[in-house]
Amino acid sequence: MRRILFLAWAEVLHVVRDRATLAQVLVMPILQLLILSNAATFQVSNTPTYIVDFDRSSLSRGLVTRFRASGHFRVEEQSESPELANESLLRGDATMVLTIPHDFESSLVRTGVAPIQLSVNAEKGSTAGIVQAYASSIAAGYASEIEASVRGTDTSGQEPAPRRGAPRIDVRLSSWYNAGLNYQHYMVPGILVALVTLIGTLLSAQNIAREKELGTLEQLNVTPMTRGQFIAAKLLPFWGLGMINLAIGLVVAAVVFGVPMRGSLVLLFGAAAVYLVAALAIGLFISSLVDTQQQAMFVTFFVMNVYLLMSGLFTPIDSMAPWVRVVSELNPVRHFVTISRAILIKGAGPADIARPFLTLTAFGVVTLALAIRQYTKRAA
Amino acid sequence: MNALLGLLRKEVYHILRDRRTLVVIVALPVLQVIIFGYAIRTDVDHVRLAIVDPAPDSVTLAIRARFGAARVFETVAVVPRVEQLETLFRRSTAQGAVVFEAGFADRLARGLPTGLLIIADATEPNTGSIVAAYANAVVQGYEQETMPPSTAVRIVPSVRMRFNPTRESSNLFVPGLMAFVLTIISSLMTAISLTREKETGTMEALLVSPLRPWQIILGKVAPYLVVGFASVAGVILEARLVFHVPLRGSLTLLLVEGLLFILVSLSLGILISARTSSQRVAMMGALVGTMLPTMLLSGFIFPIESMPWPLRAISVVVPARWFVLVARSIMLKGVGLSYLWRPSLVLLVMAVVLLTASTRAFHERLDG
Repeated sequence: MRRILFLAWAEVLHVVRDRATLAQVLVMPILQLLILSNAATFQVSNTPTYIVDFDRSSLSRGLVTRFRASGHFRVEEQSESPELANESLLRGDATMVLTIPHDFESSLVRTGVAPIQLSVNAEKGSTAGIVQAYASSIAAGYASEIEASVRGTDTSGQEPAPRRGAPRIDVRLSSWYNAGLNYQHYMVPGILVALVTLIGTLLSAQNIAREKELGTLEQLNVTPMTRGQFIAAKLLPFWGLGMINLAIGLVVAAVVFGVPMRGSLVLLFGAAAVYLVAALAIGLFISSLVDTQQQAMFVTFFVMNVYLLMSGLFTPIDSMAPWVRVVSELNPVRHFVTISRAILIKGAGPADIARPFLTLTAFGVVTLALAIRQYTKRAA
Repeated sequence: MNALLGLLRKEVYHILRDRRTLVVIVALPVLQVIIFGYAIRTDVDHVRLAIVDPAPDSVTLAIRARFGAARVFETVAVVPRVEQLETLFRRSTAQGAVVFEAGFADRLARGLPTGLLIIADATEPNTGSIVAAYANAVVQGYEQETMPPSTAVRIVPSVRMRFNPTRESSNLFVPGLMAFVLTIISSLMTAISLTREKETGTMEALLVSPLRPWQIILGKVAPYLVVGFASVAGVILEARLVFHVPLRGSLTLLLVEGLLFILVSLSLGILISARTSSQRVAMMGALVGTMLPTMLLSGFIFPIESMPWPLRAISVVVPARWFVLVARSIMLKGVGLSYLWRPSLVLLVMAVVLLTASTRAFHERLDG
């Protein structure tokens, strides 16, 4: 045990002594969190919109005002030329063209029904779907506003004429866990995972490779230290670092982003403790596999790239192709992202996260065993 | 000329000898296409639906049947009480829920207000919105078919999805992926390969050789150019064969713009190597200076319009942003230079400025 602590302490000194590394290690997570949470977003807001209003009536202007006020749309330009609108769409200046036909107001007044046209740039398929959903709901909301005002004035003169004979289902929509549809509240708990993973794995992957390059690994190999002790000693400092990073990240998440923390933080740290063993063991495995630091960085970069993209951090697991969903079960990042979001956003308890947690535990055991096996004391 | 060929051959050996790095360079683009095609999607289908039906009757059963028939929904649980939903949502067993009021058919028949609550797990806001919209559409469809038409005021939007009517996500990522692969190879590999010569001290030997500076740069850079072009060709081919991504515009224009972008990336790589002295620093520089911006701020994955203004402002100087815009427009919209002259001009200016800067940086080193 004392041997492990000595070597671990040496690693800590390495990190603390090198001011640049220390700054990197402590400042990077905060920067990552600030930049990623703002850049890595599929939030659909300020959609540049071109308005072609042929009607120019008070009702059509009202509709445009609703679009403007919603926050989802930004009116880029307005004219009565469909050609100009189309060009703007082709150039990419506008993402949506809203066309209001000549008889919008008159047909609304006469028949109660009026068409509008939406041309959406569907290059970004999912964005287009959401733009459409927002636009439709604004139109529907405006229609019921008109309905209410029309009926309000009608009732003064004559019998209120709500459709007595036509029973309706009163549909209400409710968004759980994220009523404000705040994308950052969704992203930040996931990015926390990315930041405890990236730094720790990169550093641990470089670690043994560096000792190899410097030749100091030979010295360690001739000590009475066992392979298990060696790996444990290498793992411990980065594990501590990961936990500190998580704590820093959580503070930033709460203070800067106001992310709700509905579940137990103790549970989150417990899951992180197990997850970090798995993530760092992968780093150490790579490190004892390769010969140089450069290779270590390349291979880690490659592995992390695949792990992060397939973790459901950026795009939902549920949207992935079925076989990818199966493969991603082999991805520890995925399970911890799930746990982090479940605990922080949904307030999940131990029973709710049991499955991903047990998977992570199994991962930790297997990867640790692999890392120990891969590290041999023989000279290369 | 002979000397240049010698340098070229040496560089090719370098690339071929480091197997692990080579595998990463070759395998990464191929794997990226697969990952982006199958994993980086935001389509919402197979929504796991829970139904809360305290007292099933003819109407609730009919609506439930409609949900069962809708292809996007998959009913995973039918429970009698709302409280039971919490666990289903927390474990992500359900993504959405439909809650019927007790005595549904009865209230409806008597003309009383009859409540139906649609709950969506909005942890991921976009999926939440779409799930709610889908569920709402199913209920509306039932209403329209079984009840007398409403006299309420309606504004009926007719929607045209332009350029990508089927809303395939894979159509979108290929142009971005090209930019990404070109950045890795042109910037990162060039920066590392030039810095390696410095680190090992062999750069001095090259500099005193009869090779002219441009020949040194060409010799170092050309092999990576070949690898880069091969990777991009592979990406396009794979995208066409596996995902049937269209190429509506001119291939020549696309290649010319691609060449412009490669020049920009190479210049960046040379610049980075001129400013750094160790491979590790060069690598971090290339990673932070070129790859991350290409990934995050080019509109490749995440829409730029939704970002706060400081990030939008930074994205203007990211070359990949302009290349992605151009490549996407050529491939998906099939437009020509008349629409693309602005971003093309930006790329051209960037290429000229960076090339000048990088040759100067290289010369300075020569003098120092």
